[in-house]
Amino acid sequence: MTDAAAPGWLRLVPPLTLALMALPVAAGLAGTALPAFRDGAAAFATLAAWPGLPRGALLSLGTGIAATLLSLTLTLLILAAFAGTPTFARIRRLIAPLLSVPHAAAALGLAFLIAPSGWIARALSPWATGWQAPPDLLILNDPWGVSLTLGLVAKELPFLLLMALAALPQIDADRRLATAATLGYGRIAGFAFTTLPALYAQLRLPVYAVLAYGMTVVDMAMILGPTLPPTLSTQIVLWMGEASLGQRDTAAAAAVLQFALVLAAIALWRLAEVAGRRLLISIAVRGHRHCALDRPAAGAARLAAAITGGSLILGLAGLALWSVAGLWQFPDALPENLSLRTWAGAAPVLSETMALTLAIAAAATLAALALSLGCLEAEARFNLTPTHRALTLLYLPLLVPQVAFLPGLQGLALAAGLDGDALAVAAAHLIFVLPYVFLSLAGPFRAWDRRIAISAATLGASPAAIFWRLRLPMLLAPVLTASAVGIAVSVGQYLPTLLIGGGRVETLTTEAVALSSGGNRRLIGAYAVLQMVLPALGFGLALLIPGQIWRNRRDMRGVA
Amino acid sequence: MHRRSALKLIASLPAFAGLSTKALASEWDGILSQARGQTVYWHAWGGDPKINDFIAWIGATASERYGVTLEHVKLASTADAVARVLAEQQAGQTTGGAVDLIWINGENFAAMKAQGLLFGPFTETLPNWPLVDTTGKPATVTDFTLPTEGFESPWAMAQLVFEYDSARLSQPPQTLAALADWAAANPGRLTYPQPPDYLGTTFLKQVLYGVMDDPALLQSPVDEPRYDAQVAPLWAFLDRLHPNLWRAAQAFPQNEPALGQLLADGEIDIAFAFNPGRASAEIAAGNLPDSVRTFVLEGGTIGNASFVAIPFNAAHQAGALVIANLILDPEVQVRAQDPAILGFQTVLDLARLSPEDRARFEALELGVATLSPAELGPVLLEPHASWMTRIAQDWTARYGVAQ
Repeated sequence: MTDAAAPGWLRLVPPLTLALMALPVAAGLAGTALPAFRDGAAAFATLAAWPGLPRGALLSLGTGIAATLLSLTLTLLILAAFAGTPTFARIRRLIAPLLSVPHAAAALGLAFLIAPSGWIARALSPWATGWQAPPDLLILNDPWGVSLTLGLVAKELPFLLLMALAALPQIDADRRLATAATLGYGRIAGFAFTTLPALYAQLRLPVYAVLAYGMTVVDMAMILGPTLPPTLSTQIVLWMGEASLGQRDTAAAAAVLQFALVLAAIALWRLAEVAGRRLLISIAVRGHRHCALDRPAAGAARLAAAITGGSLILGLAGLALWSVAGLWQFPDALPENLSLRTWAGAAPVLSETMALTLAIAAAATLAALALSLGCLEAEARFNLTPTHRALTLLYLPLLVPQVAFLPGLQGLALAAGLDGDALAVAAAHLIFVLPYVFLSLAGPFRAWDRRIAISAATLGASPAAIFWRLRLPMLLAPVLTASAVGIAVSVGQYLPTLLIGGGRVETLTTEAVALSSGGNRRLIGAYAVLQMVLPALGFGLALLIPGQIWRNRRDMRGVA
Repeated sequence: MHRRSALKLIASLPAFAGLSTKALASEWDGILSQARGQTVYWHAWGGDPKINDFIAWIGATASERYGVTLEHVKLASTADAVARVLAEQQAGQTTGGAVDLIWINGENFAAMKAQGLLFGPFTETLPNWPLVDTTGKPATVTDFTLPTEGFESPWAMAQLVFEYDSARLSQPPQTLAALADWAAANPGRLTYPQPPDYLGTTFLKQVLYGVMDDPALLQSPVDEPRYDAQVAPLWAFLDRLHPNLWRAAQAFPQNEPALGQLLADGEIDIAFAFNPGRASAEIAAGNLPDSVRTFVLEGGTIGNASFVAIPFNAAHQAGALVIANLILDPEVQVRAQDPAILGFQTVLDLARLSPEDRARFEALELGVATLSPAELGPVLLEPHASWMTRIAQDWTARYGVAQ
């Protein structure tokens, strides 16, 4: 539907958006690469001399890939076993609050749950275990990164589920599944053969984002991950923070290596995709219905959902309890006494910080929404096909380790005199928010049935009217979901806020991370509860509003 | 010191160069009026709510007395602020910098001073400076053997003390050898933060003091050709100790609060801190049981001072000076030493205070777990900063990759 009457500025939105993404990333990458290569190969030589390098790099690769594989498998298993059932509706209600838990808070909650002096051990001691003192067991910070991997899965599973939920209605999953069922396929087999291929095409970029994130995560790795040696990305942060400032070039070199590792992991994943596709086809053509799979798969999916959701919820409940706890010693299952001292002490800072956090998140999310919608609408009106390169540029901020590209960005902001105020911070957040918003919006937007637009156009509606009165209202649910994702991403940003804000812009997350460096569970608990509230509110509204507005439009309610 | 060189030194301090007391006072009045209405951004580690509350209280006092607003920029690591100033210097921003005041010592100070990132010397301009006990507490003017030369002003004294729960452990070991024996008899109940963490490296330096043939060498920079032989006893000690540590040394807590949390959780029986009053303050805050006590090793433990410094490009230098001076006010120092507030030891010389101020210090309760100054024993000076860097590096090479 090419339209000569479309405003010329619309054509400029995609290149403008790409420039907005590419410029800071380019500056950031230059800021990464320059110090790494400043002294020839000296920085890389120092890096190579670090005895933890092979293990640290392998850990980054291993935990990232394992966490992504597990999260994706469990996501698909849950979808295959429960899509369209009442169990699924229950799981779906849990996604929003779980997704809005900041990574650091989730990790601290899990750590308190599973540590030898943690809640589970306390609940079972001493009556069942006989432990008067915590046992000397290496559960947290295990050298293989198992705790870290599980922590990542608990956080990434809800994210992938949400992305899949947005994609399912667009690929007409219900009809595909119904067709497979009438042909006698079991639920699992029917899902794998008919829905998975189309679904995965829409999930691919979120999966890559999860992979890149899992490999480069720092806050979670510091709490749950191994320490002898730590993962490569954690070591980068430690080097950057070294007091003598003497290791910054090494950190830059390591960041270059980390970037290469991420690219290699994605390439590896791509190969696995091809192999998986072949495997799936070869199984499908044999024509077996695999009905016997359904029962064990449903059991496994139920177990996975229960463990993931349960551990996150219990961990957070533990932190929330800490926020009102007095003295709470091992092996007491509950605190000796309760006190509101933590909350009373933190209250004055909170209202101000919360308002600023929300304002920044709203500004970044609105800008990201406008740009994403502009790009997608321009794409639709001018029949543009996004090139692979353009897409890669858009996702670059998710694939380049934050810690590597932000100092360069800070230099740029400083040189332009733009740092230190909330607007600059919101602009920096936009770089990270936009890909996620675009990511969650593009699928539903492109999958919208163009025949509706054609019908409207034949009735004389202008392209603008089609966009504002048909497309946008029909896409209300995905737009709200994308906004909620945007707000959650913005609220969770630590490094951009600290670096671009010059320390003067305080959000819930900068406060919470500063506090978590002190390990005070009571305050961490209070902030974790609050950090969850804002995004959870967003996700709650994203689920509630369409249900309310479309309460007399049954077919619209499924589009989320 | 020869008289002539002493005079030369005094003359070289700008505050004394041709300035009488009167001139000093009028200079300070100028600073006060310049500072009024300024907002000072103090970059300080924000990991301890007790310290955060104390800084907020200083801010309230500053606003009331001098019309200076104090904003505490809470950092996860002091290096973030150092990196910030460095980035501004590299971007050519020589005025209007984001950092006005920074809580600093040791390596961070050495790095900033060496790179010309600091404003000063300024301490002699502070009216409260003469109250500081520079002779009895030499650490107030010597930071990791590096003379501060007026580029940072002290605000609290720190000394390494060990903490234990007297309900679980009746007789704590008081020498390094006894500590190692105790760990062998009670495996898994002792650990230290993972170097290069500050407190973890301090533990290594404390061990060095105990096992080196000539600990006086620590006051000079590392002597490369002899270094390996000098520190060999440290590695021998750790090689014996590690199998008996918490998690058999396959994991270490990451910093001081994490170590304190292990003690609170009952995962270990002996912890340590760089603040003799921490245990009492934590008991008062309900974070530790009131049976926790502290002890020091025979022969003394390492002590140092915390400082504030002002970056070369600070936007509000006058306001920062006013805050640095306020921190040295006896009323502020006595509050910091109160075990129910912070339990930090004062940097002031009580003999130089007015009788009323001295009485306020003397009226302070020590706190249930705090040792008296006499019980704290001798303070060992911080080794030269090169030792910290070097042994932390070697520790990572030796133990940084678990077997």
